[in-house]
Amino acid sequence: MTVVLDPTAELRPEKRERVARPESLNGLTVGLLDISKPRGDIFLDRVEEKLTGLGAEVKRYKKPTFTKPAPVDLRHEIAVSCDAVIEALAD
Amino acid sequence: MLVAPVLADMAERADITVVTQDDPAFPRAAHWVVHDDDLAMSWHNRIETVPTLLRVDNGSEADRIVGWSRKGWEEFSGLDDLGNDLPDFRPGCGSLSVDPNLSDELAVRFSGSKLKSRRLELASLEDDMEAMFDRGFTDGMPVVPPTEARVLRMLEGTSRAPDEIVAVVPPDLVECSVEKVAVNAVMAGCRPEYLPVVLTAVSAACTDEFNMHGLLATTMPVGPILIVNGPIRAQIGMNSGTNLLGQGNRANATIGRALQLVIRNVGGGRPGGVDRATQGSPSKIGLCFAEDEEGSAFDTFAESRGFDRSASTVTLFPGEGPRLMFDQKSRSAESLTRHFAEMLRVNVSPRIVMQMETVIVMSPEHMARYRDAGWDRARFLAELEALLMIDGDDIVAGADGIEEGMPTFLAGHQLPKFPPGGIHVVHGGSRAGLFSTTIAGWVTGATGSVTVTKEITR
Repeated sequence: MTVVLDPTAELRPEKRERVARPESLNGLTVGLLDISKPRGDIFLDRVEEKLTGLGAEVKRYKKPTFTKPAPVDLRHEIAVSCDAVIEALAD
Repeated sequence: MLVAPVLADMAERADITVVTQDDPAFPRAAHWVVHDDDLAMSWHNRIETVPTLLRVDNGSEADRIVGWSRKGWEEFSGLDDLGNDLPDFRPGCGSLSVDPNLSDELAVRFSGSKLKSRRLELASLEDDMEAMFDRGFTDGMPVVPPTEARVLRMLEGTSRAPDEIVAVVPPDLVECSVEKVAVNAVMAGCRPEYLPVVLTAVSAACTDEFNMHGLLATTMPVGPILIVNGPIRAQIGMNSGTNLLGQGNRANATIGRALQLVIRNVGGGRPGGVDRATQGSPSKIGLCFAEDEEGSAFDTFAESRGFDRSASTVTLFPGEGPRLMFDQKSRSAESLTRHFAEMLRVNVSPRIVMQMETVIVMSPEHMARYRDAGWDRARFLAELEALLMIDGDDIVAGADGIEEGMPTFLAGHQLPKFPPGGIHVVHGGSRAGLFSTTIAGWVTGATGSVTVTKEITR
């Protein structure tokens, strides 16, 4: 029997339960996160229009650059002010 | 053994302890003879030769003498007339504790506890190599199974403690220890003496400037390209000559791969996961090479990055695969530079300017044109940059019926192909061949990656 050393970070995948899917978006606050790719804003404008039509309140957010993860403060702000979030890619 | 009568003589005249490795009754069964049956004393005292004489004061070693030398032993012990019948000098024999058949087992037994990684037991019916694939640890090619003995040997390559944190590795942002780097370096096929280069490369990759996260996540076919300078190139046998960007040299082939395995296994960055490369590139398996400093007419690449020639450094460049720059007819520096400029205009796209840097790996025969002309790096770069001013009219969106291009407000402007300081020249390749290479970069600067050079320490 060979014994080897685990080459990974040994992170036990922490099961994070998602918030239950809302029945309806009516009256909920939905965050739209623009990752700062060209034309992402055009896509999100259209999504906002659709969501508003469904009775949701929309808040818009933007990452400083698409090449790096969203800053922790931005993630926190979205988490505390929204019921749901949509992160959009565009190219 | 030759010195047996001397040991008995010394035991009568002085306070000595004889440690015997294999035969508990050697040189005789006596209260001053201790049997090192598990070789623990020999291993911990790093005995390489028997006999070795240690002087111990208050439980710690004050001095040692290796092999038999009458004069040496007499001075060391303060006893006269030792072994008068013996030859004056004999070098001794190898200690059992360094016997190649035992040394790995002893290292694991006596220092394995310093390794903190989780032990994975492979089932006896599993093939070790297949097990590495099955667990997702490889980049698609076989890896060396990282046993405790191999990882301990790898750690001999550095003076750093196994639990020292080297970097926080993206994309999972995990603290990575020297030991975890060593585990992955074993898997990549590195020798212990390569480990300092790998450690430095890991810490350079995981800086905010180099932005390994972005480089991994981008849809472009880019990865960290490693360029090694300084005395360590020769010390670890790196290739800066024939086929330096290709296969065949162990250090070149495994150091870059070790970094990529750290990103994969420790950082959790995998193709299809956070690695979103549309097509990728063979250079993402790991591309590492050394500069031929001695044959260059320019200062060294490391010197151009602000380091001393005596320092060993590794530079990480965010780049795609190498592409040939062909010129077999230029006999003047001017002609060759003009042709280089023409070939460099198409890096990434002829319509992309100012955003991405490049590495030029200049071959010795091309470098000879600049040596003949007396050009140094500064002259070469000044001439090349002047030739790489692009007419905005030709490359704005819509020009020539092509929708891709720079913003239309740049029409009417002369635009530099590369950002300031964005042409990195490294010398290397075989003595024959009028071919150089360009390695195109990806987004430079605060929103992308900045080229990073670090000094390698052991």
